[in-house]
Amino acid sequence: MNNKIAALLLGTAVALAAGNLAVAQDKTVKIGSLSDQSGLYADLGGPGSTLAAQMAVEDSGMTARGWKIDIISGDHLNKPDVGVNIARQWFDVDKVDVIVDIPNSGVALAVSNMVREKNGILLDSGAGSSDLTNAQCTPNTIHWAYDTYTLAHGTGTSLAKAGGDSWFFLTADYAFGAAIERDTTAAVKAAGGKILGGVKHPIGTSDFSSFLLQAQASKAKIIGLANAGADTTNAIKQAAEFGIVAGGQKLAALLLFITDVHALGLNTAQGLNFTETFYWDLNDQSRAFAKRFQERMKNHSMPTMVHAGVYASLLHYFKALEALGGNPHDGARVVAKMKELPTDDPLFGKGSIEPNGRTIHPAYLFEVKKPSESKGPWDYYKLVATLPADEAFTPLDKSTCPLLKK
Amino acid sequence: MQALYAQLLVGLINGSFYALLSLGLAVIFGMLNIINFAHGALYMMGAFCAYFLLNVANIGYWPALILAPVAVGIFGMILERTMLQWLSGLDHLYGLLLTFGLALIIQGVFQNYFGSSGLPYSIPDQLKGGINLGFMYLPVYRGWVVIFSLVVCLLTWYLIERTRLGAYLRAATENPTLVRAFGINVPRMITLTYGLGVGLAALAGVLSAPINQVRPLMGADLIIVVFAVVVIGGMGSIMGSIITGFALGVIEGMTKYFYPEASNTVVFVLMVLVLLVKPSGLTGRAT
Amino acid sequence: MTVTTDDTLPTTPRAIRDEMIAFGVMTALLLIVPWSGVYPFFVMQALCFALLACAFNLLIGYGGLLSFGHAMFLGTAGYVAAHALKVWGVTPELGILIGTAAAAGLGVITGLVAIRRQGIYFAMITLALSQLLYFIYLQTPFTHGEDGIQGIPQGHLFGIFNLENPTVLYYVILAGFLLGFLLIFRTINSPFGEVLKSIRENEQRAISLGYKTDQYKLLAYILSGTLAGFAGALKVFVAQNASLTDVHWSMSGEIVLMTLVGGLGTIFGPVVGAFVIIAMQQYLAGFGQWVTVIQGVIFVVCVLTFRRGVIGEIAHFFRRSL
Repeated sequence: MNNKIAALLLGTAVALAAGNLAVAQDKTVKIGSLSDQSGLYADLGGPGSTLAAQMAVEDSGMTARGWKIDIISGDHLNKPDVGVNIARQWFDVDKVDVIVDIPNSGVALAVSNMVREKNGILLDSGAGSSDLTNAQCTPNTIHWAYDTYTLAHGTGTSLAKAGGDSWFFLTADYAFGAAIERDTTAAVKAAGGKILGGVKHPIGTSDFSSFLLQAQASKAKIIGLANAGADTTNAIKQAAEFGIVAGGQKLAALLLFITDVHALGLNTAQGLNFTETFYWDLNDQSRAFAKRFQERMKNHSMPTMVHAGVYASLLHYFKALEALGGNPHDGARVVAKMKELPTDDPLFGKGSIEPNGRTIHPAYLFEVKKPSESKGPWDYYKLVATLPADEAFTPLDKSTCPLLKK
Repeated sequence: MQALYAQLLVGLINGSFYALLSLGLAVIFGMLNIINFAHGALYMMGAFCAYFLLNVANIGYWPALILAPVAVGIFGMILERTMLQWLSGLDHLYGLLLTFGLALIIQGVFQNYFGSSGLPYSIPDQLKGGINLGFMYLPVYRGWVVIFSLVVCLLTWYLIERTRLGAYLRAATENPTLVRAFGINVPRMITLTYGLGVGLAALAGVLSAPINQVRPLMGADLIIVVFAVVVIGGMGSIMGSIITGFALGVIEGMTKYFYPEASNTVVFVLMVLVLLVKPSGLTGRAT
Repeated sequence: MTVTTDDTLPTTPRAIRDEMIAFGVMTALLLIVPWSGVYPFFVMQALCFALLACAFNLLIGYGGLLSFGHAMFLGTAGYVAAHALKVWGVTPELGILIGTAAAAGLGVITGLVAIRRQGIYFAMITLALSQLLYFIYLQTPFTHGEDGIQGIPQGHLFGIFNLENPTVLYYVILAGFLLGFLLIFRTINSPFGEVLKSIRENEQRAISLGYKTDQYKLLAYILSGTLAGFAGALKVFVAQNASLTDVHWSMSGEIVLMTLVGGLGTIFGPVVGAFVIIAMQQYLAGFGQWVTVIQGVIFVVCVLTFRRGVIGEIAHFFRRSL
């Protein structure tokens, strides 16, 4: 009898230990890069993000340490229901652990909820809405690279203080547009400016003539473009056609990427002011990364801050996995570990992650060079100012994240 | 007040596209009794053709205005010969479904190769710049669009309603057997007519390339509005479609000024009203 | 619209028996899905669309009316049910009821407008009405426009069935589908269905026989719309969201495609068609936009050479009625 009990206890102990060992030794990771692969955000995220993920895997040296890492990619077509369906399938059938990228705040917010349900991980570097770490924060999501607060306080405040005290908004009618209009309105008003009005346009509009006419009629000093990607570049091009800048009004591109400047050309884009958190030509490390990225990109474009965010977020994720000794396939647990460790990567430098899932690092105010100032293709930005980390993101005491309520 | 005039002018510009596109649709429906759902995709092909002519063959805008419609028109004629003619005896609705399928194919193929965002096509140098009209700054190119569309529309109307070729075309669709008895090659007339309609769509595409981006889906949502125009104007009536196209553009512009929320829906509301009261449209022939 | 199917109403005992057998086979296959290793979520989606296609088929295959705007029923029921579940916090069965009722109401209003015309004009009116609704939904705040209504709670049906459990949810959806399907079956095989078919074949003759054809067509339209709405309300539980995709005219086009592929005017055709199209979308998702191209090719091929659809061809071959 004693022998039997002993055997049972021993067996249980061995089983438990083996169970733990099994967890500790599970070194498989599946990454899903969910992006807009063919639409208006394809250049700032898209295939470049998948490449950035691959580079992160290679540079981390994980495979040499016995890890098996797979990357798959998906196209959310800028539709939240498509994104959610892909995410659901990835978690249920393909056993994906972590989703990266997702430009398009509407999709990101919808997927963030799904990720929490399935206890996966979302490392979002593409979407802008600050809601991801405020009202809609979850213990499974970390928001990388930038958000609408950064853009508002970088571009909005500086332009308002420099004399742009009346604004008119051209807003993309979905989650991101609404978020950036809201945050910029707050920043402009705090700097003493006023908002004269605004108009909403559908995402993916190609003809801005009637909206631009309304902006012109408002006589606002600054026309704020609360949109991104091809919407912004189209609006800027057509504004030139209608003589808006010649008529004395300034355009504020609230979210602009290097790929947009490249599409516009320096002649049209010169003088534009905007905020980003990464530029390929900022320092030696960013230049080294950019060079390798550009060689492998089909269209030879330079990395945007979204691509940089995918790279950095995955490097940090791997660090957390190593610290845990294996992949527990438990999203909340890994995210908690990621929040514990300080971030340090070649692209964003040293920083940290707040309890609400927001990464903290400096941001930069750039101005587009004149054609005469540029030394070659992709040499587009000059640095105007640096925003320290504590000013660039929502302070914790103002955050509306439910996780922070004790 | 200035803002109203500005929006009306923009409305007129939009109306030119509606008129040109509905013209092609009306020609095709009036002559062939086919509802050409592929019209939007063919409009898009016209724009892409212009883009390729410029970027691959270095052929500029002005030759493209002729070459692109001809090229796409020939493509349209091939479609007619190989597929549409088999449906001539069947219910109209099969034609609708077939062209719907064709539209999906054409748009899908282009989307695969070119993604969904736009390719740039610059305004030709001769038409750059703008005129300050006082109430608004009118880009020269947009003014050109209105004038050119008007001219093309009137020329087409004249061709079909006032020339002998047009008379043959109209007769061939009303009574093919009789016309054939006169020795006229009716199937060829029908193919040519379809090609003409398609060519008009492609022409609209070339005109629109410098304004809108050249995108695979540029015709997809436009086509539904154009259907509405054709239905209101009278399915098959050329002059009806032209007038309705311009008028609807202007009405849309006015709605954008007075009640912007309704600007997308006003066309459809009008269409439903017209269909209830006079199903053959404002100037259409009763079928 | 005259469809090229053979006799579509089972009049002989053999025909009725054939249909019963087919129904039994279909139900049996569907019952074992949770144990078969097929991803249940995919089958649930397919079932919702199958019901939608069957509802659409009622109108075109038996009523002769091509509605190019059926997405408006799917979307309306979806949005209303989603709003009721998420914002008003009603129980699932009430949410389904409210959504379906909204679709029925829409059917009455649009039907009164659309039925007055037929053929191509009817199709154009339904398209216009659907597009009208699309733009209205785009702008009304409660739909959240491009973002859609997300994160809809699943809750407990009748207080007992936990819809968050995928297997339970599957059987609930299956039950809903079978209910709708049997309703359509019963409608087709009733005197009402016979009159409808006669109107489709020759409306003038039906009028001369004393039937008020407009009333019959309107009734068929409302019934079709209501069942489409029912499918839409069910779909809300499966996808847990309601978005603009469900109201867009391309969705109407997909519904037509499913029915065309499966077989217009056959009873089981739309079910098969829906499964084929949804499976294609699912398994070819990695090919991006090629799915659209393939759908277009199927449309073209079906219209040119395969007008009876899968089930229609099978039925014709075996000279049965399915």
